[in-house]
Amino acid sequence: MQVRPQAAFEWLWKTAGDVLDGPMRALQRHIGAHRMAYVFLLPNLLVFGLFSFWPMILNFYIAFTGGQSVILADRPLVGLDNFRELLACPSYLDPRTCGVAGYSFWTGLWNTLFFALVQVPLMIVVALATALILNRDIRARGFWRAVYFYPVMLSPVVVAVIWDWILKRRGILNAALEKAVETWNAIAPTFLMMADYRAINWLIDARSGWPMFWVIFVYTWAHLGFYMLILLAGLQAIPRDLYEAAQMDGTSKSRQFWRITLPLLMPTMIVVLVLSLIRAFQVFDEVYVLTGGGPGQATKMMIQHIYESAFIGDAKRYGIAAASSVLVALLLMVLTFLQLAVTRKKAGN
Amino acid sequence: MARLELKQVKKAFGPVEVIHGIDLAIDHGEFVVFVGPSGCGKSTLLRMIAGLEDVTAGEIAIDGQGVNNVPAAERGLAMVFQSYALYPHMSVRQNLSFGLENLKMPKAEIKHRVDEAARMLRLDKLLDRRPGQLSGGQRQRVAIGRAVVREPRIFLFDEPLSNLDAELRVQMRVEIGNLHQRLGNTMIYVTHDQVEAMTMADRIAVLRDGRLEQFGKPLDLYNRPANLFVAGFIGSPRMNFLDGTFEDGAVRLKSGERVAAACQGGKPGQAVKLGVRPEHISLSESGTPDATLSVSLIEQLGGESYLHGTLASGEELSVRLAGQTQVSRGDKVGLSLGTPAARHVFDAASGLVLAPL
Amino acid sequence: MGTGDVIRFLTRTRGRGRLHWSDWLTYAYLILSLLVVVLPIMWMFLSSVKSPAALVENDPRILPYTQLTVPSPTGGRDQNVFVHTRTDGSTVDVAFVGPRGVNARVYELGKPDTVFEVPRTSLARKEVVDPRWENYTEPTLGSTQSRTFNFLRYFWNSTFVTVMATLLTLIVNAMAGFALSKYKFRGRDAMALTIVATLLIPPTVILVPLFMTVSSLGMLNSLWGVIIPTIATPTGVFLLRQYMLTIPDELLEAARMDAASEWKIFWRIILPLALPALSVLAILSVMWRWNDFMWPLIVLTQSEVFTLQLGLSTFKGELNDNMHYLLAMTVLTLLPVTLVFVFLQKHITSGIANTGLK
Ligand SMILES: Nc1ncnc2c1ncn2[C@@H]1O[C@H](COP(=O)(O)OP(=O)(O)O)[C@@H](O)[C@H]1O
Ligand SMILES: [Mg+2]
Repeated sequence: MQVRPQAAFEWLWKTAGDVLDGPMRALQRHIGAHRMAYVFLLPNLLVFGLFSFWPMILNFYIAFTGGQSVILADRPLVGLDNFRELLACPSYLDPRTCGVAGYSFWTGLWNTLFFALVQVPLMIVVALATALILNRDIRARGFWRAVYFYPVMLSPVVVAVIWDWILKRRGILNAALEKAVETWNAIAPTFLMMADYRAINWLIDARSGWPMFWVIFVYTWAHLGFYMLILLAGLQAIPRDLYEAAQMDGTSKSRQFWRITLPLLMPTMIVVLVLSLIRAFQVFDEVYVLTGGGPGQATKMMIQHIYESAFIGDAKRYGIAAASSVLVALLLMVLTFLQLAVTRKKAGN
Repeated sequence: MARLELKQVKKAFGPVEVIHGIDLAIDHGEFVVFVGPSGCGKSTLLRMIAGLEDVTAGEIAIDGQGVNNVPAAERGLAMVFQSYALYPHMSVRQNLSFGLENLKMPKAEIKHRVDEAARMLRLDKLLDRRPGQLSGGQRQRVAIGRAVVREPRIFLFDEPLSNLDAELRVQMRVEIGNLHQRLGNTMIYVTHDQVEAMTMADRIAVLRDGRLEQFGKPLDLYNRPANLFVAGFIGSPRMNFLDGTFEDGAVRLKSGERVAAACQGGKPGQAVKLGVRPEHISLSESGTPDATLSVSLIEQLGGESYLHGTLASGEELSVRLAGQTQVSRGDKVGLSLGTPAARHVFDAASGLVLAPL
Repeated sequence: MGTGDVIRFLTRTRGRGRLHWSDWLTYAYLILSLLVVVLPIMWMFLSSVKSPAALVENDPRILPYTQLTVPSPTGGRDQNVFVHTRTDGSTVDVAFVGPRGVNARVYELGKPDTVFEVPRTSLARKEVVDPRWENYTEPTLGSTQSRTFNFLRYFWNSTFVTVMATLLTLIVNAMAGFALSKYKFRGRDAMALTIVATLLIPPTVILVPLFMTVSSLGMLNSLWGVIIPTIATPTGVFLLRQYMLTIPDELLEAARMDAASEWKIFWRIILPLALPALSVLAILSVMWRWNDFMWPLIVLTQSEVFTLQLGLSTFKGELNDNMHYLLAMTVLTLLPVTLVFVFLQKHITSGIANTGLK
């Protein structure tokens, strides 16, 4: 007898459902059909409650405890000590004046802020430019869309390994640049010749801004495609006839962009802005694998500070990590509100 | 045997009551049509019978047994939905057998019933197709087939033909009629189309705003409408209504003409409406006409003709004439408003008919 | 389709005759970005079969060239083969025996007895295309000391986590989406709102308490500790609920008339019909779980339970000098997602564009 895969799958599906049908039917008889809604919700609520809601509450409690135990009962209450340690700083702008935990926290905070404020606008501008280009009447749009999106599928670890390899001192970027300079000097007239290229240690050179630059670059490289895709979908949702009407009115291309495209794309832009900002503040994976926060603490981000306080080294400072989380959550909340207020105002006008 | 009884059935969605207490008794084997304008509560009533909506107050009984708290599946009914509600991911055969499988019926019996129903509804060749691969009429037959295989005590139809084009609709009407003949089950059929109601029903229940206006045989409704609403709703084109005052055995129209009416119970001077169906009006050949019509529109259908126009009183009136007519637009023609038996007199205030003699 | 059509198609522009300058700009941008986006990954694929020497030198050639070697006639190390250019311009293949000052001692291939000296400048390496598959096999299967990357184990762990978490995510979220879209009950809207609100709570700010919860449940260093906390995704519930709202209620009622239990309606009617949304969520979930790093990093500390991502990041830390192994392992790690992407590209991009979620 020949078994068609689809028929086999259907049979399997049916049987799997029937196995649970008996008990579920009995339950339904017992509690009534419309209360089955609660039964359907139950697994989700259990997991959600246990692994999202309860930890949220717990976090506040842990923030007020000290010691190194993972067992709640063994953790002594220390009041505001953790917060005091983080916040007792002569100058927040210069983390070196703080204590050990404060140093780590404030460094992470400033780095993250810097990262987010540079990376997000940069990425949105590039993503928008790319989306606009893909929205033109170009050939093989699907192919290009896939090209930009592919890095989004890659894991942060893979992304970091690839770029670490490229950016090593003896990596291919330095090799390529050296070759380029060499070639240029070979063909260029004397007065345009460049000095010989000296390899740069892109990710380790502590005196330059290169490590932060590459962290921002790599992160943008890895996430651009996602936001580009959303913006492209937003662009394609703008009715074509609006542009045709504008063309009939003799509206210039740039005016069409500012007066039609941008306003109609605003809702999508706001989604992209909110999403990318929230993500940027939580940046960890790529940076941690790429630079480990170094050189020194030059690229150490907020979440890395939390992670390392709690899970790295002999002293597991869960209390400090939890207190930092509370502060970060507060910061995110303020930011979200600010954002909402700004967009509200924009929408009002 | 399946007798259905509704006793003071009410339905409220939150604070809004949409069915205001309906009493109805349907006998075994009857084909009953619920008809009424859209939004009057036909579907809601049908869904309460089916068990898909809770009953707010009153009782529904099948064969004398209250079923208010019996789940839909256990009432032994089957329903054909307006959108057909065929399972789009199942073949026709699976659509037909799904319900039987849920009842844990033996495989052989399921196959027998499905094949039987498929033969009867001419679906034999379509059993392996999906609903998406069927025409509207075929989908309709599958939906009916799904009800048939269940061998239900009562069939429920909710506007099953409203998604079909006019020609198919007539054809399906006949098929459903035949089905009823063959199976002899009780059937309840909801429609807003009074032609469907008239042609299919053993008895019609006319609903308006959650109230039962009249329940009776189609011709009874046509010949003896109980009120203005039923009179206006049943029959096409619509019955003409003329204002007037009741005089002994007659109605004095606004134009001053007095037309005899065979009814009783009115008080002299009472404000009434005189109702005459267009097909009962004729051109007056001799004598004084009952009314004079200024013709503003003529529809010539070949076999019959319609005149539309206004009377001297300003009231509008339509006339159906057999055959073709020489009357042309702008003509003034004298009319005879039917025989006294064809004239219906309603109390203008309550809308109720004045009982015929 | 005639030749004219083909030409017109290939030179198709924005409705005007010739390429507008903006078209040139467009294609320039596209080509440039192709270099930036794809070249690094392509180059890594190509480099993953190159020899350590080629990697150290940053050999710019596309194919994996390695220097030809021959067994030493005296039984020592293999000897490298060079092409010797004589003064008259003719060439001969020679094996390198050893240096002597600025000269090299070589013999012609096949004549190991007649060793002679040539200037080193007259020698060029004799190279052949030879993919070095050992980059792949040695760390995964080999018995060498380099075998710190237990690929099969990590692959199995990652697959287990991804498949289990995705299946559970689908079922659990579909059930919740069904309840929230097709039933009326008290607190439903509040619940839907709460779930959407948690979209805004970054999971990173509950790391410590989550760790303690998982630890107190005894799930540290267990794959379930990675799987379970991730399955109730608000994104998934939201996505499925929105989709299920579009399934007509009459279908459910028909099934109820057909004596189906609520569970059966869910399993046999709702799930098959929600397949498009389920597949979007499945793709997202596979992507999330396969690429997860931080949470596994916290929960899993023993290498037997490492996922591919953990294994690779550890491998990177340990073997920064053995680039040839690291690149090969990176390729292995990204291969599954890449294959998925190649086959489901349309699905994935349109799915994500339509839901706007990740
Ligand atoms: N689920 C519901 N919730 C609130 N109102 C409803 C619901 N279903 C129907 N109604 C209202 O009940 C009235 C009757 O509806 P229905 O029975 O569908 O009318 P119809 O006669 O056209 O089938 C309408 O006014 C409708 O708005
Ligand atoms: Mg209806």
